[in-house]
Amino acid sequence: MKERMKRGLTTNEMIVVYIIFALCVLIGVVNPAFAGVSTVVTLLRSMLVTLIFAAFEMLVIISGGIDVSFPAVASFSMYATAMIMNASGLDHVVIAFLIAIVIGMMFGALNSVLIVRFKIPPLIATLGVSSVANGATLSFLGSKEINRLPESFGKLSRVFIYEYAGETGITYQLTVLILIPMIICIGIWILLKFTMLGRGIYAVGGDKNAARVAGFRVTFIQSFVYVLAGGLAGVGGVTYMILMRQAHPQVLMGTEMMVIAAVVMGGTRITGGHGTILGTILGVTLIALIQNNLIMLGIPTYGQTFVVGLLIVIGTSITSLRTKRIQNSIKI
Amino acid sequence: MDKTFLKLENIKKTFGGVQALKSVALEVRSGEVHCLAGENGCGKSTLIKVISGAHDPTSGEIYIEGKKIDKLTPIDSIQKGIQVIYQDFAVFPNLTVAENIAMNHALMTGTKVMNWKKSREIALKAMEQIGAHMDPDVLVERLSVANKQMVAICRAIINDAKLLILDEPTTALTQKEVSRLNMIIRGLKEKGMAIVIVNHKLDEIYDIADRLTILRNGENVASGPIEEFDRKRFIKCMTGREVEEVYYRPEANKEEILKVEHLTRKGAFEDVSFTLNKGEVLGITGLLGSGRGELGDALFGIAPAVAGKIILNGKEVTIKSIGDAMKCNIAYVPEDRLTQGLFLDCSIQENTVAASISRYMEKGGLNYKKMYEVTAKWIQKIGCNAKSPKPLIRTLSGGNAQKMVIAKWLNTDPDLLILNGPTVGVDIGSKSDIHKILRELAVQGVGIIVISDDISELIQNCSKILIMKNGKASGSINSRELDEIKLARMLTSEEVTA
Repeated sequence: MKERMKRGLTTNEMIVVYIIFALCVLIGVVNPAFAGVSTVVTLLRSMLVTLIFAAFEMLVIISGGIDVSFPAVASFSMYATAMIMNASGLDHVVIAFLIAIVIGMMFGALNSVLIVRFKIPPLIATLGVSSVANGATLSFLGSKEINRLPESFGKLSRVFIYEYAGETGITYQLTVLILIPMIICIGIWILLKFTMLGRGIYAVGGDKNAARVAGFRVTFIQSFVYVLAGGLAGVGGVTYMILMRQAHPQVLMGTEMMVIAAVVMGGTRITGGHGTILGTILGVTLIALIQNNLIMLGIPTYGQTFVVGLLIVIGTSITSLRTKRIQNSIKI
Repeated sequence: MDKTFLKLENIKKTFGGVQALKSVALEVRSGEVHCLAGENGCGKSTLIKVISGAHDPTSGEIYIEGKKIDKLTPIDSIQKGIQVIYQDFAVFPNLTVAENIAMNHALMTGTKVMNWKKSREIALKAMEQIGAHMDPDVLVERLSVANKQMVAICRAIINDAKLLILDEPTTALTQKEVSRLNMIIRGLKEKGMAIVIVNHKLDEIYDIADRLTILRNGENVASGPIEEFDRKRFIKCMTGREVEEVYYRPEANKEEILKVEHLTRKGAFEDVSFTLNKGEVLGITGLLGSGRGELGDALFGIAPAVAGKIILNGKEVTIKSIGDAMKCNIAYVPEDRLTQGLFLDCSIQENTVAASISRYMEKGGLNYKKMYEVTAKWIQKIGCNAKSPKPLIRTLSGGNAQKMVIAKWLNTDPDLLILNGPTVGVDIGSKSDIHKILRELAVQGVGIIVISDDISELIQNCSKILIMKNGKASGSINSRELDEIKLARMLTSEEVTA
């Protein structure tokens, strides 16, 4: 029992919890205003889109692959959806999401064909698809941001599930959109923990060959993961568009490093086979916390990039050292 | 029990134009341990794949429990109760013991939902059946090789397996673990399961097998109860030639090649001293983790010793790196051929000159003609069964590949050749060839050190033997005073005796 408790307190998730806690204390000491409801609301809002991306990216990494094409796919879906909605005069949020999901899934299918059928290494394949998607957005769709969006988007962005009036008179509002990453996270948690398909994703990430011998449909599982990732990238794109009230062809580009970093910080092994949704949520929280609050510690904006980078290096080192220690430890 | 479970008749299998199996028959009864023996490339693996349904035989008949089977697919095979445990076990390192064991059951029943509680129950029940004790919640990556194998066995038996096929189950196990495995196999046998073991280690086969089928070049050579085979007939059947079990006992020679004094590397070995004279073959043995491998690594500078003296041909040398060792004309055949000894995706000739590549650099390029010629010479000299120096080295069988690893180092003209596990995973024919080469080299005056846990290999080839235990070494023992039983007892006894 003691052994089990010790194991529970030293899991990857708990280590991230400790780091988050230490960081909060540090920021709270420097700036007492940090400890408040407003922080939580701001934090949740800034985590919102990243969390969507991180959730499916974790799925891809667990299966032993990687997807760096999602920012481009999300941008394409977002921009194309905005154009289609405006051109057709359709004005419903659900339709927007459906369009984006279909577009995203098509890119996901392209990824899966390249990776599963043509056996191209996932990093190379998705890098290529990323370039294709981004290039297509800029050259076929347009390079200017679209500010005129269907009215229903604006309406949805003004629906809040929680409002809080601060002492200074500023109201902090939590958008209803936060439900989207929440639903996705719960869905992925159920998928991974309680379905054979989910266990198959772990199995494929652990040992592809063993999975095949055991009777898993390896090609189906891998394709499923990439297509799902594409669809959810579309969801992420539209969510971002509604949140920001504009469709921008480039703004999401470059977020992949941050997302992958958050996933890995949360204990997902980059080599596949390990990872939990709780860890990923914690990883995203940690990165968002740093991005939002370092300024309070007196670290200038440029310094933030440095600190985030440093944290990624340290965080991934800790996980990889732990992995190595497990591998070298005396086997039982 | 004397019930035939599986009967194969006249099985033929051709790949392209190559006949892998030419009319093979096999009969396995419930409640027996049947050994399938043969050298590498004799068709054992192909035969297993036919039984597991992975390969469709070109012609021939398969009967399971007396019923003729027209077409056997992998799923059919599993549903008829046939389970194969491959050499790499095909377990999932990232999942728990319980999940690994219960996975097949879930997949068989086609359930879409993961039931954690039931998984645990299935796993505990399976472990109880074979008397294994493992924490079901531990990740398999933390298990030893032997325990991973237990997981694979547990997983195989949960679906009412009637025939269990183990492909070379003992390659990575220590002596103690092998006897535990044998106990489990005997237990399963008593429960009426038919068991087929693929193996080519003689001693282990005699330990466990009831009956035996020997294949050579895709044909049945012999089949029958184990009592009908003495060692000599067995080896003759496997190799098709008389392999003598010779004992290398050279006359004493005073000329020293290597003298090692108080060599120490904390945590690996301590205060090891020995000498190696001209004409001698020194054996270094010990259980896994005794420091035998680390001693070899230290002499070749992979993980150098921190204290002690190494005197080579009368001169004291410092070996701090592999480069140092190579400058001293030391050669090292590493333990793991596949990851340390070979460039699997390079040709045989590129592998052969890998340790002496600078000799083939001419005018800023490699002289491929010279490489080709020297490789052809070695292939012939060392008795490697390769048709040309050109093909990829991964196309060679274990025994032939190992011969080329040795050739690679011999091409550097070494004064001292250290071999760590020289015949692991090598068939009997090649094994005896390699031993012959080593003895010839020793006679020519090359210092030979064989690090091994294969007792008969040590007794046959080494003129003196050093036993290591927990990093400490016994004095070297003259092999004239030893036999296999005595050495085996010394290995497992508690104290280091000189």
